[in-house]
Amino acid sequence: MLSKRNKEALFNPLSKDNPVLVQILGICSTLAVTAKLEPAIVMGISVIAVLAISNVVISLLRKTIPTTIRIIVQLVVVAALVIIVQQILRAYAYDVSLQLSVFIGLIITNCILMGRLEAFALSNKPWPAFLDGIGNGLGYTIILVIVAFFRELLGSGTLLGFPVIPQWCYDHGYMNNGLMILPPMALITVGCIIWVHRSRNKDLQEK
Amino acid sequence: MNKNSNLYQIIYAAVMVLIVGTVLAFIYMALKPKQDENIANDKRKQILSAVHVIPASDNAIEETFNKYIVAGYLLNKDGSIADSAKNVAFEIDMKNNIKLEERKLPMFKCKLDDGSFKYIVPVYGAGLWGPIWGYIAVNDNGSDIYGAYFSHEGETPGLGAEIANSKFQEQFQGKSIYPDGEFKSISVMKKGQKPIDGSEYVDAISGGTITSRGVQAMLNDCMTPYDPFFKKLQCGTIK
Repeated sequence: MLSKRNKEALFNPLSKDNPVLVQILGICSTLAVTAKLEPAIVMGISVIAVLAISNVVISLLRKTIPTTIRIIVQLVVVAALVIIVQQILRAYAYDVSLQLSVFIGLIITNCILMGRLEAFALSNKPWPAFLDGIGNGLGYTIILVIVAFFRELLGSGTLLGFPVIPQWCYDHGYMNNGLMILPPMALITVGCIIWVHRSRNKDLQEK
Repeated sequence: MNKNSNLYQIIYAAVMVLIVGTVLAFIYMALKPKQDENIANDKRKQILSAVHVIPASDNAIEETFNKYIVAGYLLNKDGSIADSAKNVAFEIDMKNNIKLEERKLPMFKCKLDDGSFKYIVPVYGAGLWGPIWGYIAVNDNGSDIYGAYFSHEGETPGLGAEIANSKFQEQFQGKSIYPDGEFKSISVMKKGQKPIDGSEYVDAISGGTITSRGVQAMLNDCMTPYDPFFKKLQCGTIK
């Protein structure tokens, strides 16, 4: 079930081969949906689901897909899955679907998906492809959650919508930092995480 | 079979699109009733928010709505009531109700626990990224705002999206739309500024200037046609 290679497919993307931190993929949605924690978590779960399933589907089809139209095939599979996720959210988690509005649709353009389909699913069996999808989705989600944690905490003084900064802080002159809510601060937060991550992993540093 | 022959590629693409199309159509049809119900319930919840009524649970929305919203009207341009079926007013989609000449004027009458009546007007306009809309409840004296609710499709979280925040909406409570006897829509002004026409105003959202302006334009555009009705309320010709 979990040979060494499969373990690598599942766990490498969490840190050493993280899609956001190391491959710098999926930055656009990392900036867009991380102003609050809740949409970031739902976005992460949606990406995990779409990535894992599309990886499996493409992997199952990999021997039949004509190489000349493989990108189109991948796009159709991803787009279909994203629409399904969107429809399901609209039927069973209407409030969340309103919050995420356009961003679910934008999963289609998430570079992580095309990247994994091209680089992994097209040349691997379904089970490793599934693990790879889960792993990369989780790697993406972790970064999303970390960034959203700091942005919501410092920008709005809440976590998951609940106020966490006590009132006496505000009474003594503390103010929420409105800049944290703007996309540039997401980029800087990601930059800080990459900095910490590289300084802890010597083999990622360029000579 | 040669995977790179033209015939194979064309058949492959055609079959794939057929399969995906069928699956999507099936899922859409299967989930449609549930989605429509969500959309209708969401609209009920929004209308109730304008009069500060919050349904106890998601299952009680329809019941609460029917309890408090006692009537729905369609108004004529002169403010008289053209149609008083609740469903007719409820089913009007403000999205397709923009052109002023052809605009239908729906309105909901609400009876609160203390026996007072409120009149709820739907408003619809444009924000920065997409549509914004809301419901404005007016007291039965026809001149003061009792409550306001706003929502949006995709305004920037933390900036324009703050119009959906209760802090912004609470500012509208008690504002008069007839400050000196004439109809004047509520202005949304940058902090410290005042409208020159003497209308009452609320503070805009810092960083959400275009959305704030959108709210102001929406209120002006959508409330003005109700002026004759409000006047009738004020002289007591409509109870």
